[in-house]
Amino acid sequence: MKFAVRRITALLITMIMVSFLAFAAFHMISGDPAQAILGTNATPERLELMRQQLGLDKPFLVQYFSWLTGFFSGNLGISYSYRQPVASLIMPKLKVTLLMVMISFVIIVVCSLPLGLRSAQKASGRFDWVRTTIGQLCMAVPAFFLSILVSYLFGIVLKWFTPGDFPKIDRNFAGAVRYLFFAAVCIAIPRIAMTVRMLRSTIIQEMEKDYVRTAISRGNDRSEVLRKHVLKNSLVPTITFLGQTMAEIVGGSIVVEQVFGIPGMGRFLVASISNRDYPVVEALVVILAFWVILSGTVADLIGQKIDPRLRLGGRA
Amino acid sequence: MKKRILAGILAVSLVGALFTGCGKGASQSGSSSSAAPAEGTEQTADGAGQAASETVEQTARAKANEVVIGIAQDLDQSLDPHYTVAAGTKEVMFNVFEGLVKYDSNGDTIPAVASDVAISDDGLVYTFTLRDGVKFHNGDTVDLDDVIYSVTRCKEDPNVNPQTSKGLACIASLEKDGDNKLVMTLSEPNTELMSLLTLAILPADYDKQDTAPVGTGPYKFISRTAQESVELEKFGDYWGTPGNIDKVTYKINESAEGLIMGLQSGALDLVSHLTITQTQELGTDDFNIEQGSMNLVQALYLNNARAPFDNELVRQAICYAVDRQGVLDMAFDGLGFPIGSNVFPAFTKYFDESLTDYYDHNPDKAKELLTQAGYPDGFDLVITVPANYQPHCDTGEVIAEQLKEVGINATLDKVEWNTWLEKTYSGRDFQATVIGLTADPLTARSLLERFTSTANNNFINYNNADYDALFEQAVKCYDDQEQVKIYKEMEKNLTEHAANVYIQDMADLIAVRKGLTGLTFYPLYVLDVSTLKWQ
Repeated sequence: MKFAVRRITALLITMIMVSFLAFAAFHMISGDPAQAILGTNATPERLELMRQQLGLDKPFLVQYFSWLTGFFSGNLGISYSYRQPVASLIMPKLKVTLLMVMISFVIIVVCSLPLGLRSAQKASGRFDWVRTTIGQLCMAVPAFFLSILVSYLFGIVLKWFTPGDFPKIDRNFAGAVRYLFFAAVCIAIPRIAMTVRMLRSTIIQEMEKDYVRTAISRGNDRSEVLRKHVLKNSLVPTITFLGQTMAEIVGGSIVVEQVFGIPGMGRFLVASISNRDYPVVEALVVILAFWVILSGTVADLIGQKIDPRLRLGGRA
Repeated sequence: MKKRILAGILAVSLVGALFTGCGKGASQSGSSSSAAPAEGTEQTADGAGQAASETVEQTARAKANEVVIGIAQDLDQSLDPHYTVAAGTKEVMFNVFEGLVKYDSNGDTIPAVASDVAISDDGLVYTFTLRDGVKFHNGDTVDLDDVIYSVTRCKEDPNVNPQTSKGLACIASLEKDGDNKLVMTLSEPNTELMSLLTLAILPADYDKQDTAPVGTGPYKFISRTAQESVELEKFGDYWGTPGNIDKVTYKINESAEGLIMGLQSGALDLVSHLTITQTQELGTDDFNIEQGSMNLVQALYLNNARAPFDNELVRQAICYAVDRQGVLDMAFDGLGFPIGSNVFPAFTKYFDESLTDYYDHNPDKAKELLTQAGYPDGFDLVITVPANYQPHCDTGEVIAEQLKEVGINATLDKVEWNTWLEKTYSGRDFQATVIGLTADPLTARSLLERFTSTANNNFINYNNADYDALFEQAVKCYDDQEQVKIYKEMEKNLTEHAANVYIQDMADLIAVRKGLTGLTFYPLYVLDVSTLKWQ
């Protein structure tokens, strides 16, 4: 219980800090929303008027606190670039990105666990260098390039989906999932390689421990020891790692969404930053912070469930 | 097992990478004969498969009589046409709104919501006859109150582009004469009034123009999804020649690769503002590449208030040092329309061709002028460019190279668009910058007034008494021909005093799916969808 309270407090504080930092950052960089909206049609008078209409003529702290009080009363404000409530703008994007991240996460888990296990088993094998090289390659290839490659190959050549024609998620859910799958693969590939490498080194380390040697010397089958004992012990760091992955793939979605033309959160964030659309950016940044902390917390909780030793720390 | 699958996927993607590599190579070299036979067969097989399935797709969309257009930026925060700022928004909403008059494809005004206009001999009284039965998209009939509301709003609302409100300031009174006649009395004649009266006629006191705009154009606005799409539909009750296409969807994708991919995959039918490399990537099997012009003035704009550009000799030297054709050849594959002053060629009424070659490419002359100005060894120059506009960056790059030839050490400073707007444009804190400026509204005044010494958008700080005097004269001139002459004088003044280094009006390349015809070019930044048609 105490654990939960502590976590939630930490969550709130982090979210407020992040929102403040984002707000402050905006006031330090050049360009303001009025300027972004008026472009080359800006004249000093028009800029002044626009600033008044958007409430930008007020002092920085007043602006921030009016946003903060709005946020706590469930009002995310009105977007500068769309003149629509931020909440209704963000919801559809959130759905898309969340779905994509989920698919991506499933791909990562399903692919990297067996691959990591096998890679550790064959670590001394003849073709180990091939595996490592492929792994390095997957980690090194930029998401941007991978996205172009996948859209070209599966979209243009094989025609398994139509790049640029993302179906509306409410009207055609299956079609949306199918489209998102290819984007999710692009996010997943580098993360799979990282997870495999991490799992591999954890298992190898674990294999060198005394209890493993004892078990094997007692005549247990090597692969049986691996499955029954080593894997269980390697699982906790892996889950922590996957928690981080969950947080980070949201960041990976930005580039992928652009190339695939997916109307998601990442793309919206980038556009809102260049439009200086504070209310939207604030809301997105807070959601992202929430997501990062949530992923970490969930990973911790699962870790505690699996490994009783960790629970002590939680109670203290 | 899983690993084998992964390995399989990887192998396939690597092969894919090889193909893309080949494709790019071939299109860049521009000759298919140089490609190895094996590659050649691969590509044709590939291309044929694509074409076959595309025809199926195409008939599907053609049958439904719909068009999907790719655009690179989202629309403005407000869709209210009187408040619209971005050129990209006007490009789309051109199809939704009309004024008393509207532009035809020559840039001349023709009657729209008004069926007729009579102008008194002294040019002070305009009598508009309202066209019978013009309907708004919401079903209401346009009446004189709507017209008066719209014109008054553009004249008085401070959110409206000041170029427009200033132009309309000459309207002294608007009076109804019967049910269908509007008498507009001016305090002084204004030859550019008709251009300004292309302003959209909106229903009086309708307060949702921001998000659910209503106009009288051939297409009505259906919906907008942020960062995703804009949907228009043919307006059944349109008074004039109706559009052919039933439904037009604009899909937004900021990534150029995404747009190209969308064309190739069949998701998009038409994309404007492409680069020459992008069109080469598309090939000509499935697309026609149409070439128009962007209708803007691209120049190396010089801060006339800052040394060394406060010295006219230096500015002239730079004009001689820059090789316009070289810029076009190096950065635009030779496409584009060279200019010598502040009017683009498509605006034929005011374009003065003789100014284009006023400065030839003459590095020796440039050096001579620099020496005369006291800079025999050149100087350091920072050219600010907006990083998000590749054409301007490319132009800047080539110019920087050319200036090295005369000893000027030019470097490029790429800045983010908002920084450019704030520091360079509004703050006037720069030495030189490359940008393209449009005419908004399409009048000579909006192009040339900005360089009068007191104009608040005179970001280059041009200060020339003759120029100011000419402008005063032009505004007061009631004779159209005489006025054109004065405006041309102003252009000449800009050229002679080397206010800026004028480069070009950029070519606008548009990819149109085969089977889709009727693309019409305007001397404006618009895309008329009402003339498009599937064959």
